[in-house]
Formats: sequence, C-alpha cells, structure tokens
Amino acid sequence: MIELSRVTHTFGKKTVIEDVDLSVRKGEVFGLLGPSGSGKTTLVRIMTGMIEPSEGTVWLREQQMPKRVLMKRFGYMAQEHALYQELTAKENLDFFASFYLRKKKKERIDYCLQLTKLTEDKDRIVSTFSGGMKRRLSLAIALVHDPEILILDEPTVGLDPVLRHEIWEEFHRLKNEGTTIFVTTHVMDEAEKCDRLAMLRDGRMIASGSPSEWKEELHVESIEDVFLHYGRRKV
Amino acid sequence: MNAGIVARRIFRQFLRDKRSVALMILAPILVLTLLWLVLDTDERAVEIAVIEAPESVYERLASGGMEVRALPESEAQEALNEAEIDALLRWDENRPLLMLEGSDPTNHSAIRTAIQQAMGVNLRDVVNVQYWHGSEDMNIFHYTGPVLVGFFIFFFVFIVGGVSFLRERTGGTLERVLTTPIHRYELVGGYLLGFGIFTVIQSLIIVLFSIYLLDMYMAGSLWRVIFITVLLALTALSLGTLLSAYAKNEFQMFQFIPLVIVPQVFFSGLFPIEGLAGWIQAIGKFMPLTYGAEALRGIMLRNEHLGELQWQVFMLLAFFVLFTLLNVKVLKRYRRL
Repeated sequence: MIELSRVTHTFGKKTVIEDVDLSVRKGEVFGLLGPSGSGKTTLVRIMTGMIEPSEGTVWLREQQMPKRVLMKRFGYMAQEHALYQELTAKENLDFFASFYLRKKKKERIDYCLQLTKLTEDKDRIVSTFSGGMKRRLSLAIALVHDPEILILDEPTVGLDPVLRHEIWEEFHRLKNEGTTIFVTTHVMDEAEKCDRLAMLRDGRMIASGSPSEWKEELHVESIEDVFLHYGRRKV
Repeated sequence: MNAGIVARRIFRQFLRDKRSVALMILAPILVLTLLWLVLDTDERAVEIAVIEAPESVYERLASGGMEVRALPESEAQEALNEAEIDALLRWDENRPLLMLEGSDPTNHSAIRTAIQQAMGVNLRDVVNVQYWHGSEDMNIFHYTGPVLVGFFIFFFVFIVGGVSFLRERTGGTLERVLTTPIHRYELVGGYLLGFGIFTVIQSLIIVLFSIYLLDMYMAGSLWRVIFITVLLALTALSLGTLLSAYAKNEFQMFQFIPLVIVPQVFFSGLFPIEGLAGWIQAIGKFMPLTYGAEALRGIMLRNEHLGELQWQVFMLLAFFVLFTLLNVKVLKRYRRL
C-alpha cells in the first residue's frame, strides 16, 4: 500500500533522510521506531505528500505521490494537535469531515466521537480539553472519512495506559477490516503490537523485520533491548 | 466547494473570538471618534499681544476671533519668548511689525489672515469667494476623514487577517488542512470569503458611523464608498495573510507595522506630497492605501463616480490579485501540490 524507493531528502545541506526503502503491505500494522531527531516525522511528511523528497519515489496504492486524489485515501494524525482551539470538538470534526464526506458525514462524526470517547464532550470548546482529549480528537479526525490507510505520527503520546490499550484494540479491529496502518512510536510495548517494524537512525533505515524475528536474531527478551542495541551501535 | 467549508469555519471561529471582532469594528470607531474630537474644531483661537496700537486696530483684532492682550513691551517680549502668546504686534516708526512666535507652523497663515482682516484688507471685500467642492465650514477633519477611514480599515484588517493566518501556520492546522484533498487556491479563497463577509460588515458600520454620527463630509454615494473600503480591506487581508508567511510569531507580525503600514500613512495623502521630488512621490504609487485614499477622497469630497476612479479601482484590484496569487504560491512551502 505504501512504497518508498531510494528516498533521500535534504534540508539545505543537511541530509535528514538517506536512501530509505520501505514497503507497507495491505492490512498490516507497520511500526517505525527511532530516537527523537532520527527523521521519523520527515519521513511521515514525505509519505503524506507534504514534502516532495529530493530523490526517490513514493507510491500510495500503486500510484505515485504527490497526487491530490490520493489525499482522500489516507487519514493523517500529526504529532502536534493541529486543532482549532476556539471551536468545539464536533465543529473541528465537522470541518475536516466536510472535505471528504457528504451524506454519511453526520453518522461518521458520531461514530468517531463515540470511538474516541468524546461523545459527552462534543460541544465543549477544544481549548478547555486536556492533552489526552486533544490527542483523541486528532485521532477521531484522522479516522473520520474511514480511510484505507492510516498514517499516524506518535498517536498515543500523552494518553493513559487504559486509553492507549483501547486505541490499539481499535487499530487491530481496523486492521482486521483491511485498513493499513503506519505508526511511528518510541513506546516499546506498542512496538510489540505491530506486525512489522523498521528502525530509523540519523535518517537511515538500519533494521527491519517482525518483533519476533528481531528478538530471535539478537537473542534478547524485549523490543526495548533491540532498540537499545540498534540505538547505540554506530554505523 | 472546499473554499466554502473554510469560509464557514472562519466565520464560526471569528464569532467566538469577541476580542478580534471588537478590534476590527470598535477600535477604528474609537480612534476615529478621538480624532474627531481633536481635529473637528474651528480655527484655534490665536493669542496675540499688542503694544501701543491704535484703538481701532485693537478692537478689530479682538472682534476677529483672536485673543488680544495689551502688554507693555518687555512683558510681551517675555511672553513671546516663552511661547505663551503666538505673536506680537507693535509699531515701529508708524509701521506695524508682526513678530510670530514661529515654532508652530500650523497657525502662521491663520494669524496672517486675521491680521490682514484687522488691518482692513479682507479678501472677501474685494473678491467674491465661492467653493466648487467642499464648503466654507470644512476643516482638517473633513479633509483627512476619508483617508483615515481607509487607513483604519486597512490597518485592522491587516492585523486581524494576518495574525489569524499566522496562527494556522504555527498551530499546525494549516499543514493539517493541506493533507486533505483541498486545493491551495481553495484555502486562500476560503480565507478571503470568510473574512470578506466580515470586512463588508465592518466597512458598513465604520462608514455609517463616520458619516452620520461624526458628520464627516459626504458628497458622494454610500455604496461607492463601501465598494472602495471593501476592496481596500480585501487588499489588506491578502497582504496580511501573505506577510504572515514571513513571521514566526505574533510579535514578528507586528514588526511589519512600521515597515508596511506606517509608510503608507505618509504617502496616502494625509500630508501634502505634491511639492516633493518626483521620485519621492513615486514611492506612494507602490502602496495600495494611496489608491484607496485617493478614491475615498474623490467620492466623499468631490462626488466622483467610479468611472472617474477607474485607475484607482484597477490598481487596488491589481494589488489584491497579486498578493493573493503570491499567497497561493507561498503555500507551496507546506505542500508542493
């Protein structure tokens, strides 16, 4: 569903992404790990077409990005909240939903509010929300048009373990319905829940595989050890 | 239509933001009222000291609206020195000598006219004076009024529009909106549409207030004035949103005021620039407010029709289109497509 081939990106003289190949298959949960500053967010922005990479190509559903019609195919959740603080939760959702949906809009808004447990707070002004509520609303916005692909940049930062668990259950439910999910994270127990993982460091892809493959290969107990192993090693 | 979705959201957001509504509508009204209080006076009473004048001159000076004091020479000289009086009139070898205090040029001609009248050389006695435009009662407030209306609309729309677009950039919502299938021009268009409706309301309130409550001179028709102010407001909006791309925060946005707004005041006709060198006058040709102010003065003081103001209208439209297109282009920074 998402294919990156030999993607390199430079800001001025600084190379932030170097020669990255990546392939996300339909219906899987793909996790991108990496320490902060490794280029995860830049890679996400390249995928969403916000940045055109200096070199290399990106395909979404076998079509080359950036392409405006492909924008409808994915739901995106940025690391920052990106919400209109003066509007209510429902008005925020309604605004973003209006770009995609006509008839089913109301139904989808109600569904996504319910899913993120915001139904009771839907008429509250967003500036009065807690950090966790804002995260949930951002997620609801990413899901509102029922996209085939979800691109989520650290979706569960600032959420309590219960809610995080519920959201991951929802990811797996969506996955079983055929949704492809791409997440970046540095929470290790989340990495365990992904079907496949890739590790980015200093803009390079240094490892990829399934959680169990990684653990076997390096003879370690947890993904955290894998993270430490790759994170420390100089290439 | 995606632009409509954006416009509707701006409208909602704006209605919640009472301070910005107040800034756009009440602030210009407040400032215009203060200016009206300060400027809408008849010629200021001039204080003059007279030394050893014939009784007839003294009386005529006093009846001409001047405050006249008869003072001994040394005291009068002292008062002039301290700028307590504006002029002194004394007789030097049977010839009157008028000594002006001189530091405030605005009352020079007023004093001279008053003295002329007192000396019995009244222009009106010799020549029949009539007014083609305006009237005898017009003062500085009436002449600068149209420019000020244009300026305050321009200024407050620039600030509110620029800051609100800036907040979209810094808050991440601009980038988020651009991950939807919206066209860049639809986003900019939505902004113009959403704020455009507000600028129409704002223009109406400010213009009606100025004309009917402040009694600003109005020779032309209301809808022509509104047409120009809305056009000017849209130009300010497109300039504000464009420049917000070059500011990292609100403070940097305000740094544009001395660079972009203040120079326009100098060249928009608030001060006479006809006597300046050609190249200095030409600076004003690059400023939207110049054309807006010319058009507003034309309509409000001289009842000019839009046909006579084609050039001004054309230039405002040109600025508006240019800034808007540049804005769409600058958004490429966020999404190439």
